[in-house]
Amino acid sequence: MKKLLAMGVIGLFAATANVALANEDAELVVDGQAFVTKLDAPADSPLSEILSGWRFRNDETQELQTDDFENPAMIFAEYGSELWETADGADGKSCADCHGDAAESMKGLRASMPKWHDGKKTLFALEDHINWSREEHQKAKPWKWESQEMLAMTAYIGLQSRGMPVKVKVDGPAADWWKRGEELYYTRVGQLDMSCAHCHENNYGNMIRADHLSQGQINGFPVYRLKWQGMGSIHRRFKGCMDNIRATPFKRGSDEFTALELYLASRGEGLSVETPALRN
Amino acid sequence: MRIAVTTVLALMLGISGVSAETVKPADVKIVDGAIAQALTDKPGDPVKGRQWFMGRKLGNCLACHVNSDLADQPYHGEVGPPLDGVAGRWSAAELRAIVVNSKEALSPETIMPGFYRDAGLNRVAKKFAGKTVLSAQQVEDVVAYLMTLKEE
Ligand code: HEC
Ligand code: HEC
Repeated sequence: MKKLLAMGVIGLFAATANVALANEDAELVVDGQAFVTKLDAPADSPLSEILSGWRFRNDETQELQTDDFENPAMIFAEYGSELWETADGADGKSCADCHGDAAESMKGLRASMPKWHDGKKTLFALEDHINWSREEHQKAKPWKWESQEMLAMTAYIGLQSRGMPVKVKVDGPAADWWKRGEELYYTRVGQLDMSCAHCHENNYGNMIRADHLSQGQINGFPVYRLKWQGMGSIHRRFKGCMDNIRATPFKRGSDEFTALELYLASRGEGLSVETPALRN
Repeated sequence: MRIAVTTVLALMLGISGVSAETVKPADVKIVDGAIAQALTDKPGDPVKGRQWFMGRKLGNCLACHVNSDLADQPYHGEVGPPLDGVAGRWSAAELRAIVVNSKEALSPETIMPGFYRDAGLNRVAKKFAGKTVLSAQQVEDVVAYLMTLKEE
């Protein structure tokens, strides 16, 4: 916890640093591993190029993400690794008891989420998958969507896919969800009457007051956000954007947000998973 | 005593000086991209309009528009066109229509919010439901301010 506090202080400094725009040609490399943060979009994409949110952050924020010792999000992944080994629930089992080494068993999972769950016959976000396993295998209570435990575990599991290309299944039973997500993406909401597309498709690269608009990609989530002084889930970010346009947000974990998540993941296919990323 | 009676009368009729002459959002008509009639009978105040223009909780026009008249303010947005000299490009009636409902005045696709609309919106947060972003008087103030933005 001390360490977390210290990180908070670093965060404060970085947050008050200037908002100079990032060098457009910077490339993300962590520990010698290169990440795809920019690629040509496929012909059927509404975008001409696909860009990670990392490319839109200023130099200081970008740099913090290149160093795992500086990136405050890594503390959460570390906490997640502890939880992975910790027995919980009526059955007294840890995640590791069933899944062994996460580096093997969880590799690639984040890159393919959200995905259809055959048992529950619904689309699962990573959080749903974790809670399903807690109830089913550990007989443990589900974690709250935005709890420190859930954020730590999604960061840790996501880390096992770091550097892998996002690739989600949008056919079969997921097809209807994808359609719903697309519809939500283009629907105007709120008193300010905007859709996600107005900001993230038509205006990425532009400043909106002090914010540099990105494509709203989700390949870095959960992220440590300097403004939040903490971690946040994908659905927390969605809620924030809806609050900003004075709309009633959907609930975290709702079908609407999960559908939107699938649609966004598919728009970012080919980007490297950056979990856990850093944002300002 | 006479004053009291008049007040009661005014209350019963639902009129209170100002609102008697205020056009309600539903009654605003945009004709040929313009609203000829002011929304209130009190002339807009450009000094106040300048405040509403930059106020983050009000027009927040600066979030999207560069405006050299506010060069002392940080963070001008780039989402809309710069508004320098906008008074030379549009009449007051047209500017009023743009601020009231840019979807009708400019383009149905625009990102620019309508600042004097309270219906036809989707999932508005409770706190803002049935309300307009700017009041009728604030719209008039902003229009008066925009009319001061002339090219040197
Ligand atoms: C008024 C403009 C606006 C609208 C409308 C909007 N957003 Fe955002 N969004 C932002 C800003 C500003 C940020 C922070 C800077 C950035 O990454 O673009 C952001 C960030 C995000 C991010 C984080 C990206 C990253 O890499 O960290 C996601 C994801 C996102 N938005 C999704 C959405 C979705 C989904 C919707 C529609 C429900 C939406 N946004 C609507 C302005 C908007
Ligand atoms: C979220 C972005 C956004 C906000 C906030 C916004 N505008 Fe706009 N505005 C635009 C865009 C974009 C256009 C250009 C029309 C288009 O192509 O959509 C525009 C066009 C205009 C025009 C026409 C300019 C010209 O030269 O043709 C005026 C005048 C204007 N806006 C005034 C305002 C005022 C006044 C406010 C605040 C009360 C405001 N805008 C708030 C985005 C915005």
